[in-house]
Amino acid sequence: MTSSKPLTTRAAFASAIGTVAGLLVALALMVGFFSWQSEYFFTADTFITIANDIPAVAVTAVGMTFVLIIAGIDLSVGSTMALAAAVAGIAMLQWHWALLPATLLAMLTGLVVGAINGAVTVAWRLPSFIVTLGMLEMARGAAYVATDSRTQYIGGAIDWLGKPIVVGLSPQFFIAIVIVAVAQVVLTRTVFGRSLIGIGTNEEAMRLAGVDPRPLKVIVFALAGLLAGLGGVFLSSRLEAADPNAGTGAELVVIASVVIGGTSLMGGRGSVASTFFGVLVISVLEAGLAQIGASEPTKRIITGFVIIIAVVLDTLRERRKKTT
Amino acid sequence: MSTVPGNMGAAPLPVLLQGRGIGKTYATPVLAGVDFELRPGEVLALTGENGAGKSTLSKIVAGLVQPSDGTLTLAGAPYAPASRQDAEKLGVRMVMQELSLVPTLSVAENLLLGRLPHRFGFIRGEALNEAAAKQMALIGLQDIDPRLPVSALGVGYQQMVEIARSLVGECRLLILDEPTATLTSREIAHLFKQIELLKARGVAIVYISHRLDELQQVADRVMVLRDGRHIDTRAMRDLTQADIVRSMVGRDVHEGLDRDVRPRGQRALAVRGLARGNVVRDVSFDLYNGEVLGLAGLVGSGRTELLRLIDGADRKDGGDVLLGDSTTPAKIASPVQAVRAGIGFVTEDRKSQGLLLPQSIRVNATLANLGAVSRAGWLQSDVERAEVDRLRDLLRVRSDSIEQPVDQLSGGNQQKVVFARWLHRDCDVLLLDEPTRGVDIGARADIYAQIDKMAAAGKALLMVSSDLRELMSQCDRIGVMSAGRLVRIFERGEWTEQLLLEAAFSAYAAAEKPVQQEQAA
Repeated sequence: MTSSKPLTTRAAFASAIGTVAGLLVALALMVGFFSWQSEYFFTADTFITIANDIPAVAVTAVGMTFVLIIAGIDLSVGSTMALAAAVAGIAMLQWHWALLPATLLAMLTGLVVGAINGAVTVAWRLPSFIVTLGMLEMARGAAYVATDSRTQYIGGAIDWLGKPIVVGLSPQFFIAIVIVAVAQVVLTRTVFGRSLIGIGTNEEAMRLAGVDPRPLKVIVFALAGLLAGLGGVFLSSRLEAADPNAGTGAELVVIASVVIGGTSLMGGRGSVASTFFGVLVISVLEAGLAQIGASEPTKRIITGFVIIIAVVLDTLRERRKKTT
Repeated sequence: MSTVPGNMGAAPLPVLLQGRGIGKTYATPVLAGVDFELRPGEVLALTGENGAGKSTLSKIVAGLVQPSDGTLTLAGAPYAPASRQDAEKLGVRMVMQELSLVPTLSVAENLLLGRLPHRFGFIRGEALNEAAAKQMALIGLQDIDPRLPVSALGVGYQQMVEIARSLVGECRLLILDEPTATLTSREIAHLFKQIELLKARGVAIVYISHRLDELQQVADRVMVLRDGRHIDTRAMRDLTQADIVRSMVGRDVHEGLDRDVRPRGQRALAVRGLARGNVVRDVSFDLYNGEVLGLAGLVGSGRTELLRLIDGADRKDGGDVLLGDSTTPAKIASPVQAVRAGIGFVTEDRKSQGLLLPQSIRVNATLANLGAVSRAGWLQSDVERAEVDRLRDLLRVRSDSIEQPVDQLSGGNQQKVVFARWLHRDCDVLLLDEPTRGVDIGARADIYAQIDKMAAAGKALLMVSSDLRELMSQCDRIGVMSAGRLVRIFERGEWTEQLLLEAAFSAYAAAEKPVQQEQAA
């Protein structure tokens, strides 16, 4: 029956576009407002700065999107970023590794941290909130140990990732875009992605349908760790250093971005593409507020307010969809 | 046995509760034209098959459900409670099967929840414990310390605390729904003593139970319902257990005799000594390709639990499942392994255990066999769409498109989606748990036709149902479970509704009490 196809596309399209469209409107409004308030905002420089600022949060948010889709949460990503960056820093400074192998080692570090999160959560059926809260402390501590509690200056060896190559954009921006695109396809077009949505919607139904949720959950946490590891390297390439305090509180920015992107904290619903727009909303907001001269406390109050408004709007939209 | 004189022979007391023409219709009538009356200080046992209307009637009395027809009179005044609170204000209370205690609070706090004695918002501990102790003494529970947390008590005592709580404030009429389901025989004896005390205080009691031997100990009169109709109410002392079963069944119909027995193929599955606690005890049987084997039994007799054991969804204490004509036990420790071994499971509760409700028909239908619609892990969306379209037409799932979320479908169409999933997986053995519950008549016929087709294709089907007539019309053999045991397997032609029901009650006559599957505390 081909009769179902148009409706298929239309329904799926409408649902996916709904969130993205909302986010685009929000972005347009913010850009308009800040351009009106500050003559310096609407310039290529601003957008290039934003683009080069977001990769660390963006790739970490991709992993977080998967975690939220299976109805989990990962609070340890900020610390994982710092630990992975510290490991990369040591590899480059003390063992004189090149950037690529050091980055891979950092990602491996994140992978191990995430796999531990996932394995402990699954093996003892614990809430991932608690497990990753513990890991938040442990990974941070480990980052201090690795860096000897001092910011390790790496310098030019690592800044290639964050330096402009094309029209002012850095390699890490392009890497982030590719990761977002690949992750979106994996989520929507693979058996893996489908299974994650199933687990987040009704884990027991998946189990009875013959899909073992446990290995998949471990993989998702490992993936989140791996991407946080990469995010950590991105962060330190901007700083040209491995800072044990890097990424403090990043988990909150990351979770906020994912949730603004319409991914449900209850699991089963989410999109990597909208997560990316969620990241943009937060970074445009922060850049704009900085440009119009808002103080740090004001920025935080407004950012928090926007997070709540975004989630309220998304929830209302979902509810309306259900009743129609 | 006849320790209970009741008030039957004494000077007629005024009627406490009277029902006239009570009826309730949802999609179909579940209760129609029921008349009854209840006097202070008597125990009226309410009994009948699964789905006879016992719980609907008791919920109407307790204010949880509003009747579609008929009138109730309480102590001479019209009685139409709009809610449970309404009914409770008038002294009508119901103790449900599921306990509603707060496990972390003390016995006293639970008893007086919502009316805790306090001064300026601070709980007056002494007054609380005193009031609770007084309350518990009323029903012979003085040996429990009211300061203990409820979670420290056994299930039996928790049940008693629940009863004690319903007696806080005025109680003229108490409904007990299967109060002994989780109790040991000592606790049951204690409960019956409490019931005596309540009767002496003039409380009228409606007692719902499957256990016919209990009714003989505790009931003054027995009221039998069948298919939502009032069949008979008689004094317990004039009745035997066989009499009660006979009136539950009504006519002795030999249903389904018009259907030929399906040709039986090779053995598909053998169950040997399967056991889990008190819930499933030493169950053995063979299931053959091409047949539909029914499983009858009362609610709580272990049928669902047996299916879950076969599927590996719960851990078994002992026993084996053999696949095909193999003589070595299959290793099925999880549903994942069961599916791999070709066993599919249509669960009783399709919403919580079967479907991804917000997801589309398409996503739900291919869940158990994503390998067939993907290549190297990548979903082939055109293949998937084509297959789901085919399944949707085959099963006649009424929907706008295969992209419609299943929570927008009717119960019958949702069930068809679950069937579609296992059809897509093409499993050899299908476990069906109440496959037509909440399914309208039209969709029911479609599901029966599908069951037929699958059997004809050589699949082996094991079907649990609480609807005896459904089993009699659809199955080639019917096994009957009672108190966790598979007491007998009837061949087609051997069974009557009476025989099936007798078998279903048979193991409960023994002193051992079944323990219902542990729910989360």
